[in-house]
Amino acid sequence: MSFFFEVLLGGLLAGVMYSLIAIGFVLIYKASGVFNFAQGSMVLFAALTFVSLLERSVPFWGAFVFTLLIMLVLAWAIERFVLRQLVNRPPITLFMATLGLSYIIEGLAQAVWGAQVHGLDLGVSDEPFELGGMLLSQFDLFAAAVAGTLVVLLSLLFNKTRTGIALRAVADDQLAALAVGIRLHRLWLIVWAVAGVVGLVAGLLWGARLGVQFSLSLIVLKALPVLIIGGFTSIGGAIVGGLIIGASEKLAEVFIGPIIGGGIENWFPYVLAMLFLLVRPAGLFGERAIERV
Amino acid sequence: MSTELSNVPILQLQSIEVVYEKVILAVKDVSLSVAANSIVALLGANGAGKSTTLKAISGLAAAQRGEVVRGRVLYQGDDITQANPAALVQGGLVQVLEGRHCFAHLGVEENLITGALIKRPTASVLKQQLERIYHYFPRLKKLRKNLAGYASGGEQQMVAIGRALMAEPKLVLLDEPSMGLAPLVVEEIFDIIGNLNQQQGVSFLLAEQNASIALKYAHHGYVIENGRVAAHGTTQELKARSDLQALYLGI
Repeated sequence: MSFFFEVLLGGLLAGVMYSLIAIGFVLIYKASGVFNFAQGSMVLFAALTFVSLLERSVPFWGAFVFTLLIMLVLAWAIERFVLRQLVNRPPITLFMATLGLSYIIEGLAQAVWGAQVHGLDLGVSDEPFELGGMLLSQFDLFAAAVAGTLVVLLSLLFNKTRTGIALRAVADDQLAALAVGIRLHRLWLIVWAVAGVVGLVAGLLWGARLGVQFSLSLIVLKALPVLIIGGFTSIGGAIVGGLIIGASEKLAEVFIGPIIGGGIENWFPYVLAMLFLLVRPAGLFGERAIERV
Repeated sequence: MSTELSNVPILQLQSIEVVYEKVILAVKDVSLSVAANSIVALLGANGAGKSTTLKAISGLAAAQRGEVVRGRVLYQGDDITQANPAALVQGGLVQVLEGRHCFAHLGVEENLITGALIKRPTASVLKQQLERIYHYFPRLKKLRKNLAGYASGGEQQMVAIGRALMAEPKLVLLDEPSMGLAPLVVEEIFDIIGNLNQQQGVSFLLAEQNASIALKYAHHGYVIENGRVAAHGTTQELKARSDLQALYLGI
């Protein structure tokens, strides 16, 4: 039984890492109704910039702040040169734009910093330690704490501030938001900047785990089932979705895997997401379309 | 109505022409004038160009790839033809969109708050503003915590108008406030518009297909046909013209 809990807990903690990626999507989806395909590239770009600065012997916090600034400049450039040109276009147009953007950012990151694999050490050891008879990863606990803090901050931003009200208003109805005088460009800038910061945090944690390299941008694909299960519009949903994916894929691997030959972990989340699409297409916490009767 | 009627109209359109997507001619030649503290009705059939005229004034046409290619829009004497919506709301000119466009997933009170954001009010000023809106729309106070998406059509129209009033406008552009509402609710909403005009000196330019209710409350009227002004005058004059009645006013 304790083995079951060990797998479960390990899975939940790993799931937090998925949530981190998913949150970046939720932010932009909420504010502009767009699935930002470039989120993965932003994660890669942030991690690559950070690690390259470290390797050029910039101190840790200096590199962090500098990368943060770069992400803000990136957000500004995206708003100025892509989004602003596409106001009030259908979501599919914006989606295609983010698809193109993902290639540009990926290419840019590797053109500037090179394409080799970098190791990244955040100074948090990945030694397992024992808690009540279970072995837990210290790094996973650290990642969970970071993600938890981020979620609390973002929830406060969305629900308790005027900027948050404006962001949710824009997500609901762009034309009406313009009509009441909300400055769309400024909000998009804010939300892409915040998504960039979330991307940086996710990039550092994932980079420390997998190494900083091209395939980092592909973790986008792992965020998809998380979003489908949690709902595209809810930060809380992204967390719960991540936990469900993390826990279920590890449990499936350990307990169902041996029966059907293993390797389940890689496709199990997608099957789960498909089941959710059939039963609850808006996800657990997604906003359902409001229908008055 | 206030006694100090200034001579400069609050709004003037000087033969504007509006084109969407560079090719679709939506408004050909519209000139009109809204005196300060007055209610002006913009009448005409579906597709005559009423909504486009309003959006050209508020700057929202630009967001839908429309453009004023000829003529000028003057607000309190200043040329605002190319101004953006945020700057206009800041200056006291707000549009209420056709079909209400409430933020469905925001609460009623949150909807109202969005209207005041541009003014960056302090918490206490914001509270006063909300109370002012609840004074005119007492129904909204009971609904303040509810999601706007679940409010009735009439209540949503009240939210939309209340939200516009949160910016303390001098001129409100109202697009089809009666659309899809029961006659009693339409009366209620127009009563409130009349009160706002008399008590707070807010001017209204309202586009309406329901000419009889619009002319009951408006001081002046313009009839638009095919993107041009076909007739205009005081409400008495328009009501007296038998040729218009059958064609446009449906009275």
